[in-house]
Amino acid sequence: MEMRALFASEIDKLMDQNENIVIINADLAKPNGFGDLSKKYSERAINVGIAEQNMASIAAGMSSYGFIPFICTFTPFATRRICDQIAISICYAKQNVKIIGTDPGISAEYNGGTHMSFEDIGVLRSIPNIVIFEPVDNSQLKNILPQIVDYKGPVYIRMFRKTTPDIFDEDETFNLFNAKTIKEGSDVSIFCTGIMVSEVLEANKILKEMGIDAEIINIHTIKPLDEEAVINSAKKTGAVVVAENHNIIGGLRSAVAETLSENYPVPIRAVGIRDVFGQVGKMPFLKEAYNMTAADIVKAAESAINNK
Amino acid sequence: MDLKEKCVEIRKNILKEIGTLGVGHIGGSLSIVETLVVLYYKHMNIDPNSPQKVGRDRLIVSKGHSGPAVYAVLADLGYFPKSWLLKLNKPGTNLPSHCDMNRTPGIDMTTGSLGQGFSCAVGIAKASKIKKDGATIYTIIGDGETQEGQIWEAAMFASHHDLNNLIAFTDYNKLQLDGKIEDVCSIEPLDKKWEAFGWNVITVQNGNNCEEVDAAIQKAKLFTSKPTMIILNTVKGCGISFAEKAGASNHSMPISEEMFKEGIEELGGDQ
Repeated sequence: MEMRALFASEIDKLMDQNENIVIINADLAKPNGFGDLSKKYSERAINVGIAEQNMASIAAGMSSYGFIPFICTFTPFATRRICDQIAISICYAKQNVKIIGTDPGISAEYNGGTHMSFEDIGVLRSIPNIVIFEPVDNSQLKNILPQIVDYKGPVYIRMFRKTTPDIFDEDETFNLFNAKTIKEGSDVSIFCTGIMVSEVLEANKILKEMGIDAEIINIHTIKPLDEEAVINSAKKTGAVVVAENHNIIGGLRSAVAETLSENYPVPIRAVGIRDVFGQVGKMPFLKEAYNMTAADIVKAAESAINNK
Repeated sequence: MDLKEKCVEIRKNILKEIGTLGVGHIGGSLSIVETLVVLYYKHMNIDPNSPQKVGRDRLIVSKGHSGPAVYAVLADLGYFPKSWLLKLNKPGTNLPSHCDMNRTPGIDMTTGSLGQGFSCAVGIAKASKIKKDGATIYTIIGDGETQEGQIWEAAMFASHHDLNNLIAFTDYNKLQLDGKIEDVCSIEPLDKKWEAFGWNVITVQNGNNCEEVDAAIQKAKLFTSKPTMIILNTVKGCGISFAEKAGASNHSMPISEEMFKEGIEELGGDQ
């Protein structure tokens, strides 16, 4: 199932149970899979038109009235375009707004550079009071979504839209604030998020053949970072790779490096976008173009291990 | 209650807040005194003993730099001790330059980044409609703030959703920080703009006259559809000569001890 379909079905259930949940979009309800919700919830599924700033502040106002608004649009418009509204109307004002940005990074594919946000985590990570969550598959999104509803405060959900490989079993459980260890290992820690998790699992097959025992940890919540998980793993392996679908400046690599540099410095290698803008293309082409393939992860792991 | 006398008292307290510190946003605070007084003392369904009362009327001061004017009224109503007024912008204060709902009892929305508070007010009006609690939502925007694109995004939404529980005011004092609005970027024809965006529009010739402001609010409450914009022709710095004379410079200006004394005298002295 596409992640947008899973989201639409789960938010529908949650809206059924909780009459304070509203979902607001800026003319992208259909591409994001929840176009039909307005038929069922005429008052609580709102399309503000193409006006993202208004969407964010309207949501803040509705939150001050006791609602739990989810606002949704493509990632660049959900973050960099409305950065000040997120900072002031939502985070500074401590409003309970959930922000969904879809098609993060290279997953924007044919929408190209204008729609390909490599900076959204960096933009939001330096704003206080916000949680940043990037689901890796449907199981994780389904399990964590109710936790996001229960958590009082702003949350940014960096959500893939289409079909993504299942990494976890359907009945796996998660805690919004705890990193998820996928595989324990002793030679290198690979911290990964979003679409890069499946790429890391591919890389692990090669690493295993090379006799390298990698520890693979999915950092689904980039802020607040599960520092304990990161530090403990680094202590165990002494070498780190970070793989993310984001500029290596400001995203998960930065968060991990900031934590380890203060607590347990080890060699860190990054796999991600190296400070360039996006372009049109399908994901396999873009992964090659930006050195985000399994082979690149293997090289990064070797380099980190060789620099212990 | 004599609202005109109340306005004098509020102006004195605004001057004390800003004068004690020595600098502040005095111009845009003084221009909306009559509107605040008429709203808070005559129209709004509020309870200072229960600032978060469900179903209360709300006021979102989108031109958040007018915080000192709102604080003077809220203190007078008993939301917090009047002694707080002398701590405006001082370390650890609960009264910052710009309105902060998490610091100041009685403030309904955090504002200061222009344009946003107006959208928040529209969201609150929509929320009140869904809850069907019968509240009236008031909001004040600046004339310079009208240049923000977000104002017009929210304007379209409010009329499209027929938010007749929303009564907005434009503090049309004709000045913005760098000079006259007509010189910087004209917002005229202001009434026709709001009409074109589907709003009821009422123009108040003298927005620093309580009777005229009151009459406009009463008229606005009679409309059964669409949100209403009340355009208040006001004077920036109204009621204190040195502030009025400073023109656009009164947006945020230093106030010396002499100016402070002169202003208090002009307002009838401090009893």
